[in-house]
This record gives sequence, C-alpha cells and structure tokens, in this order.
Amino acid sequence: MLTEKTLEKLKILTESAKYDVSCSSSGIVRKGKQGMVGNTVGGMGICHSFADDGRCISLLKVMLTNYCMYDCAYCINRRSNDIPRATLSVTELEEITMEFYRRNYIEGLFLSSGVVRNPDYTMERLTAIVRDLRTKHHFNGYIHLKSIPGASQEMLQEAGRYADRMSVNIEIPKEESLKLLAPEKSHKSVFQPMALIQQGVLENKEDRKKYRHAPRFVPAGQSTQMIVGATKETDRDILDMSSKLYAQPTMRRVYYSGYVSVNTYDPRLPVLKQPPLVRENRLYQADWLLRFYHFKVDEIVDEQHTNLDLEVDPKLAWALRHPEYFPVNINTADYEQLLRVPGLGTKSAWLIVNSRRFSRLKSDDLKKMGVVMKKAKYFITCNELKPVFSEPVHGINELTPEGLRPLLVSKAEKKRAAEEQQLEIDFTE
Amino acid sequence: MIVYTFNRTMDGLLTAVFDAFARKEQPEALLTEGDELPLFCDYIYKVVADEEKAQRVWTGLEKRLTGEAMKLISVSWLSELQELNTPLFRYICKVFRQGDIARNFADPDVLAVTNIARKVMHEQLRMKQFIRFQKAKDGTYLAVISPDHNVLSLITDHFQDRFNDQPWLIYDARRHYGYYYDGKADAVRITFEDESSVPFSLADGQLSDQVLSSDDQLLQDLWRTYFKAICIRERLNPRKQLSDMPRRYWKYLTEKQTTKH
Repeated sequence: MLTEKTLEKLKILTESAKYDVSCSSSGIVRKGKQGMVGNTVGGMGICHSFADDGRCISLLKVMLTNYCMYDCAYCINRRSNDIPRATLSVTELEEITMEFYRRNYIEGLFLSSGVVRNPDYTMERLTAIVRDLRTKHHFNGYIHLKSIPGASQEMLQEAGRYADRMSVNIEIPKEESLKLLAPEKSHKSVFQPMALIQQGVLENKEDRKKYRHAPRFVPAGQSTQMIVGATKETDRDILDMSSKLYAQPTMRRVYYSGYVSVNTYDPRLPVLKQPPLVRENRLYQADWLLRFYHFKVDEIVDEQHTNLDLEVDPKLAWALRHPEYFPVNINTADYEQLLRVPGLGTKSAWLIVNSRRFSRLKSDDLKKMGVVMKKAKYFITCNELKPVFSEPVHGINELTPEGLRPLLVSKAEKKRAAEEQQLEIDFTE
Repeated sequence: MIVYTFNRTMDGLLTAVFDAFARKEQPEALLTEGDELPLFCDYIYKVVADEEKAQRVWTGLEKRLTGEAMKLISVSWLSELQELNTPLFRYICKVFRQGDIARNFADPDVLAVTNIARKVMHEQLRMKQFIRFQKAKDGTYLAVISPDHNVLSLITDHFQDRFNDQPWLIYDARRHYGYYYDGKADAVRITFEDESSVPFSLADGQLSDQVLSSDDQLLQDLWRTYFKAICIRERLNPRKQLSDMPRRYWKYLTEKQTTKH
C-alpha cells in the first residue's frame, strides 16, 4: 500500500540512484500481449520527460535500498557517508512501477541497489522483484537491472530471464585507479559478471535457433558506465576501453558520467567546482563516431593527442589533422566518405546519397536539406564552377588547418573550454 | 500565373491534380478558397472535389510510389498546415510526369512535403512521450492533448498495444474529438455533444475531484517527487530541457503542474 511515507523513501532512493546516467529503453521491440501490460518500442526508445538538468527520464531509476557495505570513494552511497538511508518494500516498488507505467510516466524500471549482507543476497532480492513484475503483475514493459558485482552465476542466470538489459558499471577505466578509490573492488569483479551475461545471451541465441519459443535472455544486451574526471585517466584510456567493450557482441552502450563532486572531503578525489560537462560531451561525440561513423579509436585519439580537443568536436579535430582527405566531392564520394565531412551527419549523408541520383547537387540544395554549411563548406566541392562566383575558393587546403581553425571556433565555445581547463588545473594540484 | 483553389480536403487536392491534367495546365499554386490571391494572377480555377476523380489519382499514385512514400503523403496531410497545399499538389503532379521522385530532396516540393511529414512524425512521438493519464473512479484512464498537428490517429495503435487491458480515453481539446478504448475492442473515435459538461478540464487536463480515483493524487505527488529528485543540481540545463520538452506541452504534464490539496 502506498502512503505519504513512500514519498520520502522514493525521494531518498531516487537521489541515490541519479548518478547512474544510463536511461535508455532501447534495443528491443516487443509487441503487447493479451493479458499483459505494456510493450517496448525499440529504436530510440521513448523519453517520457526531461528533468531540469536536461537529462531524459525514460525509466523509473531507483534503488531498492541505499544501504551499502562498500566504501567506494566516488559513490554517494558509500558506507561512511552520513546521508538519509531508506529501503523500499518489494510491494511498494512493484506498485509504484505498475502505477507509473499505466499513467504513461515511464517506459519501465531501472533497478539497482546498494549491497547489503552479501552480493548474492542483494541480487536475489532484485531478482525477486523483476520476477514478480513479470509473473504476478504481468508487466511486459522495459526492465533494466543492475547486476551486483560478485553475484553468483545462478543468480544472474535467473535474473537475466526477466530483465531486458543488464549492466555492470566499470566506473574507472584503469584498474590501479579503481583499486585506489574502491579497495574492495577489482576489474575482475566487473568483467566476470559481464562475461557471464554475455555467455548467457549467446547460449540463449543458440537455444532459440533450435526452439523458437525458448524464453529470451537479456534481449537488449548490456550497458556500462565510466566516470569521467574523478581520476587521472586520459580520454585515450577511456575510449580504448570503450572500443574494446563495443567489440563484445552484447555490449550496446557505454555511458560517460562527468564526475560530480559528491564526497568532497575525500583527499583521493579532485574537488571540481562543476562537473566536466564539455569533456563528457566530447566523449559522447567520439562514442558516436565509433558506433555510427565507422571511425577507429586511434583516428580519434593517439599518442600525440591523448585527450580530446575541448574547443572543437572530435570529427572536426580529425578533419583538421587530415587536410589531405579533402575536399570531398558531394556528387561522387561514397557514403563512408561523406560521413567524414564535418557538418554532415548520418541523416544529411543519407539525403545526399538519395538525391544525387536525380540531379547534381549544388551547395544551395545542401543548405536547404539542412546540412550545417558553416563547417561543411570548407571541406566539400559541389556542382558549381566556383563555389561562389565573386569569391575565390576557400577550402581547408587553401586556408590551411591553422588558418581555418579560428574561423570555426566560436567565442562561446572557446570560453566554455577554457573554463573547463581551469577545472583540470585544480585537479592536478 | 494560373491558380487553383480547393476546399481543403484530401479529395479536393487529388481532384485538383486530376483537373490539371485534364485541362492540360500546370498551375503554380493551389490555394484554399478565400485565401489571399498572389499578385500576378492570370486566372483562377475553382476545383470541385470529386471522390471518383480523387480515387483514380490515388490509385495512380500507388502504382508509381512505394508504400513508404504513400505513407509520407498521408502523414504530411495530418499537419493541417496551409503551406503544405501547393508543394504537395505540385509533388503529386510531378510524380505523374517524372515517376518516383520521392527521394529527390533537391526538389523543393519533395523537400517541403518530406519536412512537413517529419514534423508530424516528430509530434506523434512527442505525444507518445508526453501523454499523462489520470485514473477515474470507474477505472478509465484519461489524457487530454492539444497537438499542433492532427496526430491522434497516428498514436492510438501504440496505446492500444501498450495498455491493452485498461480502458482509456485520449481527447484532443483543440480539435474537439477523442479516441476511446474500452479494454477489448478497437479504439473508437468519439465526440462530446456538450463539451462544457465533461468531468475534466480542457485547459489543464485535470479530472474533477468527484471522478478522480482515490489514490491518483498520491501517485501524481510521487511522480512530481521523483521528477524533482532525479535532477542533478550541479548540472542544471534549462535550455536542453526546453528544447526537448517545449513549453507548449507543459500544461498537461503532471510533473509541471502543482500539487492541489
């Protein structure tokens, strides 16, 4: 039964869960079933609201309890923190989920928990909830379940039959940093459950080839998260880790979470005035290049450039380092080449590839289609004698990368990047 | 310049295409009757909507375009935008002259129709995102919307599939009709004879206290609590929030309404 007391508990447990950035409800299409509540739409998922920090709210992201036996330095719920603690009862949590869902507030549930007693005990309680939701409440919507590091294989096997997606957070890309901040954890405790989930998914795939109606196992795959700016890892370390993770067949998303100074008293952690949002944004852009733009990680960051350029996006940064690749002819270049042009996204590239079968494209056509010509115009040639009749050609090769760069960085971007560099200085002290 | 006028129905528009070919003309604009006329207007031809002619044009289109492109035309029509008429009319005429040009986005008419259809699709997604139900005492879930485009028919399948065991009513306050699903049969279109006597407010979508189910107020409070708690204050970004969730949708959003007690 829900009461006024539930309000307080929900508040505490939401505030404890909110630093986990994963929220998507994507990766699986499941039609509604007679006698069940809900469906999943796949594709991009559905965001039901946007909080005041601009982040999307798709799932009910909540912890079962924020009591925890671990003392990880970066975590708000660490045992030594003096914060309000609460535990939702199983029925409360199930009821909130169902009632929220029926009112179209959410796409489903993202459930995690602090570790109490031992990992298996905690995992068992989480599993009981998702099992109840599926069997007792006939819930057919999205369930994202956080797997507890150290939980046994049997537990994960059972939980995976009810969850759509499972995740284990890496948090810190390098093991030595992780050891420093979370002495009770190791990379093994993260990668082992990841491997177990993957094994379960792949076995399930084989089973489903033989038996079409075999129940599905974590059909929307896995995701994970890395904290950015809490330790001294470079963007290269982070992106190297991401590309290794994406090589795994079941890893769908890696999230990057700009570190919010939650435990300011801990000397092992930097004190940041604000989270490194520009850096986080650049990492996501780089992540997109890896996943949708056919970039390799060593094209984005290498030995000379271990960190992403905060002033320009990673694709533009790559283009400025590779003037020999340009100009790209819009009317003849293949799709992959178009994707490399700054200002052209997957949508613009698709529009171009389709339209040029009818007639040669001019820069005016591109502008109307919505291509960001501000950047693209320095990197392309169109079907024109001269780009603009009155002006001489101004491409990246005529201007040189050094000459072009200032034209593409706005004052506001420069200021934002500079402010954030300031943060980094605080950190190295 | 030749101008056609029509009665602002799909049949009228398709008839205009038929007439243009029958009269061997290439009109430059298709206007609604009563629209302001352009400056250099040679003559105006008034199209009389004819179902049979419209059907013939539609069948002809189906032969020339893919299912995807046909859907795009239907969807664009739901935009109810005046500026769709001329581009859509010229686009359809061009299909009969040039064949399947649906993906020639360098053509201004194709691009305009595609962009309008995209706008409509964007708004139907927003309805799937932002519809908020309240539960009435009799177990019916109610939501009020007032979208810019007439998208209600595009989203009923989604809600019927998702909430197949709960009766619901989604009502378009701007266009004065809704869809009601009784929990079993397909959703049906409904209108109210006397809109002022319905037990909910068209302005903010709130059910009146007499019919609101007893736990609904608490659930709305829980949702508002959750909405506030999930925000990380160090990362406040109202601009991002506004661009993803424009203010015109706020009036029916539970989380943006204040608690009433």
